[in-house]
Amino acid sequence: MIVLQKGVRKLWELILINGLIIGGQYALLALGFSLILGVARVLNLAHPAFYMLSAFTIYTFSQVLDFNLTVTYILSLVFMIGLGVVIYQVILAPVRAQTSTVLILGLVLGIAAQELMLIFYGGQFRSLTRLASGTMQLGDAVISNQHILALSAVMLSLLGVWFLLFKSRFGIPIRAVAQDREVANLMGIPESRIAILTMAVSVALAVIAAAMVAPIGVIDPLMWLHPLVIVLTAVILGGLGSIKGSIMAAFILAFVEVSLVFLAPGAAFLRGAVSMFVMLTVLMFKPEGLYGVFMEGER
Amino acid sequence: MFAYLARKIWRDFQGEILALPTRTILFAAAVALLLLPLVTDDAYLLRIVATASIFAVYAASWDLLVGFSGQTTLGHSLFFGIAAYTAALLNLRFGLPAFLTIPAGALAAVLAGLLLSLPALRVRGPYFSLASLAMPIILMGLIFSFPGLTGGEMGLSGISRLAGTRTGEYYFLLISMFVLTLLMWKIATSRTALIFHAIREDEIVVRVSGINTTYYKILVFCCSGFFAGMAGSLYAHFLRVVGPSTLDIMMSLQVIIWGIFGGVVTIYGPVVGVFILYPLLEYLRIIPDWRMLIFAGIVVVTLRFMPEGISNKFQDLLERQCPRCKERNIFMRKECRICCTDIGTCSRVG
Repeated sequence: MIVLQKGVRKLWELILINGLIIGGQYALLALGFSLILGVARVLNLAHPAFYMLSAFTIYTFSQVLDFNLTVTYILSLVFMIGLGVVIYQVILAPVRAQTSTVLILGLVLGIAAQELMLIFYGGQFRSLTRLASGTMQLGDAVISNQHILALSAVMLSLLGVWFLLFKSRFGIPIRAVAQDREVANLMGIPESRIAILTMAVSVALAVIAAAMVAPIGVIDPLMWLHPLVIVLTAVILGGLGSIKGSIMAAFILAFVEVSLVFLAPGAAFLRGAVSMFVMLTVLMFKPEGLYGVFMEGER
Repeated sequence: MFAYLARKIWRDFQGEILALPTRTILFAAAVALLLLPLVTDDAYLLRIVATASIFAVYAASWDLLVGFSGQTTLGHSLFFGIAAYTAALLNLRFGLPAFLTIPAGALAAVLAGLLLSLPALRVRGPYFSLASLAMPIILMGLIFSFPGLTGGEMGLSGISRLAGTRTGEYYFLLISMFVLTLLMWKIATSRTALIFHAIREDEIVVRVSGINTTYYKILVFCCSGFFAGMAGSLYAHFLRVVGPSTLDIMMSLQVIIWGIFGGVVTIYGPVVGVFILYPLLEYLRIIPDWRMLIFAGIVVVTLRFMPEGISNKFQDLLERQCPRCKERNIFMRKECRICCTDIGTCSRVG
């Protein structure tokens, strides 16, 4: 995912830009993950696999079937949301009460998706078409337009979700169900329909991440594994049920990772270990995560 | 005297094993595995069964920790990997024989259990799951950082064999599996395990009842670590190669798949899960591309329709519990075999 730019560039600029973009990607995934966790209490380990699947869907529509980009994005969005809702409704929702079964099902679904993509596309690296070409002068730094686009798309969608959840009528039932499912149900909120809606939003976030950030790097069927670890870490580090927390944590982890890669390139293989170490340290001093609250009745 | 003993053993056998269909099935399977080398000479098959019996111990130790005391760990490979590496290093660098390195590996895993119980005392629930996920990843980072000692990416090879012949190794592993799982089963049916259950259900209530939960939590981590460590060091001596794959995330996740597929809180459930899923995954190698996909499909379908796991499902089908004395009976009986209560009409809820 991390891309070294051509030409001479100050180190901190590289760290800043890459950290923001990778952090944004992790934040989008962590946000979707924590939404479905908070609303439906489903620890959907297949979430990063949706990101991988969306990347491949976009690849199929735009490069194999040769649709133009707008059509590609609309089709992929519809297809992936449909797929996500069907998987949730048919496989995950009926066994929702058994948390450990949900855990395994999510994981195994992710592996199944990975294997399907390996069968259809093979394991080689591919890349999506860049949405924007050329570079842009920003002060004395040169940034490629794709990076700017990715960055703004990520920020816009984070803002959009924030607006959706906290400033619109649409977000009220979602937040209510996240706070207390039973009471929300008693207040006449159709809890299972809200869960489906949340699933759709969370898959849509994965599609956006794939559409905007994936063209910077390469895509392959194994690209969901690293985000899986990071997303889990971010959600825990930020505190379960806290959207602000998981976004913050995603950026923290991304910056830790990127700084390690640029400051000590020889130790780049340690990036997973270092992120984990950061999480462990935080949990030792703040067991509920950065912004977490211990929920009533869930001791 | 011998006639008396023989009759007593036969009576116990009838009462404890033949009376319950699930135990009869397990016993028959165990006998079949013991007789397998006499029937076939297929090295591949024997190797699969031997590896499966190592993983069976590993999966059962996971059940002891996660099923019984509810400390849902996602980093169980920490125990396995640390024991495998300890056994390998002691064997290669100091030339210690297998009967010393295997307990040493298990001891190292007990220490790892102590280490892992530290976050468990502080954080709980999903927070702990993720904290435990971190441990093997950090250890893996350490292993890659000292390639001179640990062999880095390539791992360590040339570890001494468990026994001279292939059949000897097979029997060694199979019998260790029986002994270790029976030990775990004994622990799981003891009074201590009752406290583990209680900690899983509600830790605060247990503490209020005057039980030192800290002690019991550390104890369950050490126990589970010991058995997983035994599995890990056996694995090192059986495969004779130890690489970072023993600490892999897949190693931790696989044990969860086996355990939940087989059925948790039973000890024998995960063992059954391993003996079904591991050979299945191996034999699917005839269609390598579709292997993982078919495996995933089978797991998804099974869990979707029997979320309580395959062994619990079959136990509920074949046996029912007496409402009065809580003994299990075969499903055909009209009255309980212990207390003669009428159970013909009651439900099959276990």
